[in-house]
Amino acid sequence: MENSIELTDVVQQFGQKEALKGVTLQVKSGEIFGLLGPSGAGKTTIIKIMTGQLHPTKGQAVISGMPSDKMTGKTYRRIGMMMDVPGLYERLSCYDNLKLFARLYAVPEKRIREALEKVGLSEAAKRPVEKLSRGMKGRLALARAVMNEPQILFLDEPTSGLDPVATRRIHELILEEQAKGTTVFLTTHNMAEAEKLCRHIALLHDGKIIEYGEPKEICRRYNHQRQILIRLYDGRTMAFGCDRKDGCERKTGCDKETAETIRQYLESGMVETIHSTEPNLETVFMELTGRTLV
Amino acid sequence: MDIDMKNAGAVFLKQAKDTMKNKTILIQFVMFPALAVIMENFMSIEGMTEHFFVKMFAAMYVGMAPLISMSAVLAEEKEKCTLKMLMMSDVKPAEYLLGTGSCVWSACMIGSCVMGVVGEYAGKEFFLFMLIMAVGTAASILIGAAIGTWSRNQMTAASIGVPFMLVFSFLPMLSIFNETIGRIAKITYSEQVSILINGLGRQDMRFENIAVLLLNIAVAFGCFAFAYKRSGLG
Repeated sequence: MENSIELTDVVQQFGQKEALKGVTLQVKSGEIFGLLGPSGAGKTTIIKIMTGQLHPTKGQAVISGMPSDKMTGKTYRRIGMMMDVPGLYERLSCYDNLKLFARLYAVPEKRIREALEKVGLSEAAKRPVEKLSRGMKGRLALARAVMNEPQILFLDEPTSGLDPVATRRIHELILEEQAKGTTVFLTTHNMAEAEKLCRHIALLHDGKIIEYGEPKEICRRYNHQRQILIRLYDGRTMAFGCDRKDGCERKTGCDKETAETIRQYLESGMVETIHSTEPNLETVFMELTGRTLV
Repeated sequence: MDIDMKNAGAVFLKQAKDTMKNKTILIQFVMFPALAVIMENFMSIEGMTEHFFVKMFAAMYVGMAPLISMSAVLAEEKEKCTLKMLMMSDVKPAEYLLGTGSCVWSACMIGSCVMGVVGEYAGKEFFLFMLIMAVGTAASILIGAAIGTWSRNQMTAASIGVPFMLVFSFLPMLSIFNETIGRIAKITYSEQVSILINGLGRQDMRFENIAVLLLNIAVAFGCFAFAYKRSGLG
């Protein structure tokens, strides 16, 4: 199956409010797909529709070839979920939390130890969930989501509010799952996360997909300046490839002369920093919507 | 209805473990049996009927423990989104109810057993005592499940559940002192449990008692079905 997830013209209304206004997207099997958007854009609504928690007002979501509103127990066993609220039993230990789902998924108990080891919670196996940090709870929720070796993994803001170390651990785990062939659908408002993990992304704003593609390709598409900026140790900033900018000395054209000048700067050891000026996803989002992602 | 007993069993085991660590729920199961043991052994009032405290506390136990614990467990599962995780792991609502309900029911049966022993019931009387408690507990569990399903969180469950609990658990006691209340209370399952337990060994069960108990169960099931439909859990 080429696409694990297909959304076709999905509309979701809550009373008078239209939360999704005709969302169409495809997620290829085995890829990490990122849905980016600010809070309230409709990211969680899309995940809820894809996991069968919500039935769309109009349009269709197809997961592994099955319409999401007709998903059966067998389909649920093929997907893993880590929602915005972890949904863990606070009084039970990490091990007992996973044991419940191991019984439900009919997976052998040794898989519990493996899952805990994978997320680095072996030491905390007997600790009640209420005594875990937020990052540890996130990792436990991820362990539960991957324990049944799902074909599709839905992650709703998996690193929201986590420290950089916990975030990096979660990223490693997501990449490990993808390496095994799992399709990962994640929502985030962290552009760095999306750029690092995702093969394709979609920018969601006000219930509509406003941009779609590979992160680097999207950034290149919105690179209006097309400059190379070189800051020299003597304090000067040189801009190559466009007209003069404020505070920069003018150097136009991407010709042999420009290349020679850059070579000379590099050879003489005058270069402190060198940057190209394509925008990041945050800047693209701002250009498209006039607001930030967070 | 298609029920996977493996799923219900998994929920039962989870609930049993969680109950042992949840003092607020655990106390519901222990309080009345413990009170019955203490009062029967240390209180003696002249003219009091034999095993008065066991008979009174048994009816109160049926009206209170299953109703409050079932509503609290369900409301907590909804509030913490654990119920949603179970539903998305292919646990059907009936399997969840069966697993959690049978755990609460079993805990209440252990408490009832203690009361039966303290009340010195033996043989057929003990069996009938346990049977009456079992049916009463089932009705109470269904009412608790309806309240828990209806409520968005534990706070709402408590504010709805406590008035119901007070009515069902205290009516049997109040009807001892007031005939009018006694007449009205007869329509409730807890009063019927009280009547049946008080009549053990003295008079046979009457059709009226059984009919009211079954009617209570049917109404409780109807309330649960309505709350379930409204909650959108299906």
